[in-house]
Amino acid sequence: MGYEIVNRPHVENFINWSKDKPKVLVVTADLTNSCEVGKWRDIYPERYISMGMAEQNMVSFAAGLAREGFEPWLHTFAVFLYRRPFDQLHLSVAYPNLPVRFVGFLPGITTPGGVTHQAIDDINALRGVPNMTILETGDATEVESVLDVAHKIDGPVYIRMLRGEVSRIFPKAEAMQFNQARVLSNGFDVTVISSGISTEEALRAIPALQEHGVSVQHLHISTLKPFDDPQVIESLKSAKHGIISMENHSVIGGLGSAVADLMAEHGIGKKLIKIGLKDTYAHGASQKYLLQKYGLGARSLIEATEKLMDKDLKISEEELSQTRVIDVHSTAKAEAL
Amino acid sequence: MTIENKAEVEAIAHGIRRRVLEHTVLNNGGYLSQACSAAEILASLYGGLAKITPLEKPLDPRPFLGVPSETFKSYVTGAEFHGRQGPELDRIFMSPAHYALVIYAALIETKRLSESSLEKFNKDGSTVEMIGAEHSPGFETTTGSLAQALSQASGVAMARKFKKETGNVWVFMSDGEFQEGQTWEALAASSYHKLDNLKVIVDVNKNQCDGPMESVMSIEPLKQRVESFGWDVSVVDGNSIDEIFAAGTAKTDKPKIILCYTDPIRDIPILQERAPTLHYVRFSSPAEREKYKEFLEAWV
Repeated sequence: MGYEIVNRPHVENFINWSKDKPKVLVVTADLTNSCEVGKWRDIYPERYISMGMAEQNMVSFAAGLAREGFEPWLHTFAVFLYRRPFDQLHLSVAYPNLPVRFVGFLPGITTPGGVTHQAIDDINALRGVPNMTILETGDATEVESVLDVAHKIDGPVYIRMLRGEVSRIFPKAEAMQFNQARVLSNGFDVTVISSGISTEEALRAIPALQEHGVSVQHLHISTLKPFDDPQVIESLKSAKHGIISMENHSVIGGLGSAVADLMAEHGIGKKLIKIGLKDTYAHGASQKYLLQKYGLGARSLIEATEKLMDKDLKISEEELSQTRVIDVHSTAKAEAL
Repeated sequence: MTIENKAEVEAIAHGIRRRVLEHTVLNNGGYLSQACSAAEILASLYGGLAKITPLEKPLDPRPFLGVPSETFKSYVTGAEFHGRQGPELDRIFMSPAHYALVIYAALIETKRLSESSLEKFNKDGSTVEMIGAEHSPGFETTTGSLAQALSQASGVAMARKFKKETGNVWVFMSDGEFQEGQTWEALAASSYHKLDNLKVIVDVNKNQCDGPMESVMSIEPLKQRVESFGWDVSVVDGNSIDEIFAAGTAKTDKPKIILCYTDPIRDIPILQERAPTLHYVRFSSPAEREKYKEFLEAWV
């Protein structure tokens, strides 16, 4: 199975989208090209604000712009948007419920930048922030359509954004919908709930599971907060053997925890296996290596399914759909990181 | 320069101190020293230095109705006590939210907040909170986590320039905030972006929660430090209305900061007995409280 690979989908899409939206500003902290808005800056210089490497000021400053009716889109690496300026994010932006957009690049282990660059706990940190909406992109279509979803929200939005070479998994015409899961397959043995790049990994394993007679209900999530889509609740109820969450994030406080909350609230007494970083930091290496080393890839989904069904499915490595290998030095990446 | 209404501004400053002292005696505690240091600064801002409109009559504070959210869009900030907003008018942002009592007193003295409002100070369900938030009278933003107001106001200043508004953006700060890294990030950014509509006025009272700033973490030489960030800096006697007005009205093409060196026991010399810790006054005995009561009664 091969997906179309889109090179730097955010670049042109964001430029076109911003054209008729004069209140949209781009605010950056020295990672303009790395966050694919270098060309945006050259086209709309009067709407581009460079804040330097000073994220605390950037976040509060953006709050001031938003109070005056502008819509600042902060572009930097995810880690620098929620860790260092967490107090500012709370008090300057989230408390007054201002429409500041936090576009966080390099979610989870999508970067070889190691612990300093890998946002592995952002969903955990931000789910606890009142007024905050959390979105995550899983492919090029979502990178393109997340802009409209965020734009319509009259409050702060945090986006886990993808860059560089991005697969197109969902048809271009099927835009991301707010708080609405995508049902990717229907089944009754196990329910798989995945988000972000984990969905592509799940899609490598699920055909093999189906070949071996496992009936899989698979949902892709792009809105992590709020998290109360009735489709998700129904899918959790219908799973015969149990539920598997799959995310590019710590298993604490992310998608898996949100699923667990929902199961408890609705009295869905089933087993849940959370695939994700098991309360550990990762390190600097390729995405393929990290997915394998930390048990975030397709193979982990096979193993989790076997565990829930108490059955050895005997699925070989060759049966998993082709892994997509991104060249670390690809031209789609503007900078070393 | 001459200040047309100097006597009036002086009376506002005196009224601020008197009101805060009254409240401190009545409640057995309060941020009294901040009234001593900042009375002339706030009296100047509300007494004509900042271009804001008067209110028809003093407003009562709103009860606490909820925090801003998706379901509470009619939230109103404490900027309503600063009159109407307009492109040619100034805005005032309060940074040290623990000065709330002093700010409320200033609003009462300038007929913006009703006299009885202090009865609601720190009372359950009231917006007249001990540490002001953006629903509290005189507050437009939430800034009690110190150093965020300057960044927020800088964003407002830039936005106002985008909109071709001519009014200035005033930020009232305390000196302790110059220990926070964010303050220096904001000073760098507003100078780099040439926000000449930004006016910062600082109460340099040289005291903080743990005691004198020199014993906690020095920020001096503050003038040279801020100047080296590209700001137009004035150093004034912060208890002199003349000096504050002169610095505040001087023309400049840079962001402006007025470092007001102030006296933290001004007009209430018995506070000296509590030195070196002046940050918050809580009377240690009924006798001490009585002493302040007598001082208040003897005060003209």
